[in-house]
Amino acid sequence: MTRLRIGLVLLALLALAALAAPLAQHWMGLDPFQPDLFTRYEPPSATHPLGADELGRDILLRLLYGARVSLAVGLAAALAASALGTALGMWAAWRGGWVDAVLMRLADGLLALPALPLLVLLAAVDPAKLGLPRGEAWTDMLRITVILVVFGWAGVARLARAATLSVLATDYVRAARALGVTELWLLRRHVLPGIAAPVAVATSLAVAGAILAESVLSFLGLGIQPPAPSWGNMLANAQEAVFAAPMAAVWPGLAILLAVAACGLVADGIARRSGD
Amino acid sequence: MRLALARLPQIVMTLALLSLAAWLAIGLMPGDPASLALMSDPRLTPEDVARLRALHGLDQPLMQRYLAWALGLARGEFGYSRLFAQPATAVLWPALRSTLVLVGLAVGLAAVAGVALGALAAARPRAGRLVDALALLAQATPSFWLGILLIILFAVQLGWLPAGGLPGEGQSALSFLLLPVATIAFGQMAAYARHSAAALSEALRQPWARSARARGASERQVMFRHALPNAGVPLLTLLALDAGSLVSGALVTETVFARPGMGKLLFDAVMGNDYNLALLALLLVALVTMLATLAADMAQHWLDPRLGDG
Repeated sequence: MTRLRIGLVLLALLALAALAAPLAQHWMGLDPFQPDLFTRYEPPSATHPLGADELGRDILLRLLYGARVSLAVGLAAALAASALGTALGMWAAWRGGWVDAVLMRLADGLLALPALPLLVLLAAVDPAKLGLPRGEAWTDMLRITVILVVFGWAGVARLARAATLSVLATDYVRAARALGVTELWLLRRHVLPGIAAPVAVATSLAVAGAILAESVLSFLGLGIQPPAPSWGNMLANAQEAVFAAPMAAVWPGLAILLAVAACGLVADGIARRSGD
Repeated sequence: MRLALARLPQIVMTLALLSLAAWLAIGLMPGDPASLALMSDPRLTPEDVARLRALHGLDQPLMQRYLAWALGLARGEFGYSRLFAQPATAVLWPALRSTLVLVGLAVGLAAVAGVALGALAAARPRAGRLVDALALLAQATPSFWLGILLIILFAVQLGWLPAGGLPGEGQSALSFLLLPVATIAFGQMAAYARHSAAALSEALRQPWARSARARGASERQVMFRHALPNAGVPLLTLLALDAGSLVSGALVTETVFARPGMGKLLFDAVMGNDYNLALLALLLVALVTMLATLAADMAQHWLDPRLGDG
């Protein structure tokens, strides 16, 4: 219970910080996208509370704007993956037969594959060859989200399928069927609430995983492209500057750690509360 | 044995599908070999480029080129690496060895430290909360960030250890392995500590643990002679599974520390448009991962005959 609360409060604070980015920008009177070569690697001061990066931009403001990108991609990818996974898992369990066999073999195959190299390979696909504009921040975000969904649904689908099977075997489902309810009503009214807890745990872990994956891809230069900030690409730049500004490498990683730990706490909290 | 025989066709199928999907993805990446040739020699005319494409079959449809490549692979023709100007196998084997050494050391270290922490947590409930918190922290720490922090502390500030790369003449290989191994081991250790704490405290509550105590065995003997061997089977499975996924997961750590292992090789190949090498590296990594999973399952069946010869 307390874990759940700490995790939710942490996530809410991070989301609030992300939303407040333009406010902070207005208040501090600095432009986090405008290079200023006179303040390169400036140590923390009153104007730059966390110092300035390799192009003289304020690190605190870039962290706040990076939170928007990292949290948006993490939440969108995880929620979409878990919605898709839940739907497919429920369908597989309910329909059985070849649908079940095909979907679960596909999920097994995806889960057996080495995730990171595949993510790298897919992230290197040129969006221009798919007819998308290149180099815009939102296309990067969309690209990463889609890739993470393609890989993320399988785990949730397996879980949702197992949970659905056990709900469908209960007496109250048989009773409801005997009363003549439609199958759609049955799935919505009995199955969905029955599998909500494990799916919620899996979803919060998926948010953590998506935030980490986005930061890794951006760190490797395949995710969000500069000048748009993300916690991952800020770390990539900071690694170049371990001599000039070692502290610049600390903050983005700390932000990722907080976000991921918050999701872990939420997952733990839900699991304990539902009595696993 | 029967398990291995049943699993092999599945592995071959997965590799075939993976290679097809990767081939199509690569078709969507910027640049093909002919346009790369054009970049390195601006005197080439468009007619030359068209001739090059026809000569190497690049004007054929993607599917036909894939089939030709796959047939070559089946005949044992692994082709060349464009980036390293060497046969692909000559590049792949040293990289695989480097990664296996790195991952092997890291998993070994993480297993010893993790089980020790888990035993501590199982024996002393008060320490259990601390181990729990440590596990949460370690699992939330991005490995590339930890790597950078270790470089800043031990290479930049203290100057004790090299920041990355490979040992030159007269330098000890161990000093170059220390930081990357610690980076990977830290994250893994947390998972092992959690699992072994749960498995050991479960084992300590079993009737046979009680009867061992009744016969006068000390707590320590019960823990290490009785509980650990029983809790060990699922842990060993976890280790083998991890070792497989780490071979590809080492990509980030290898990039941070500039170690030429499988992960970095694959990354460099993708970034350098060396698509043949990228494909082979991906397939090799997938193969190693799936073989490790198979080994984990086989070890589990061998150690715990109750599971039957599945």
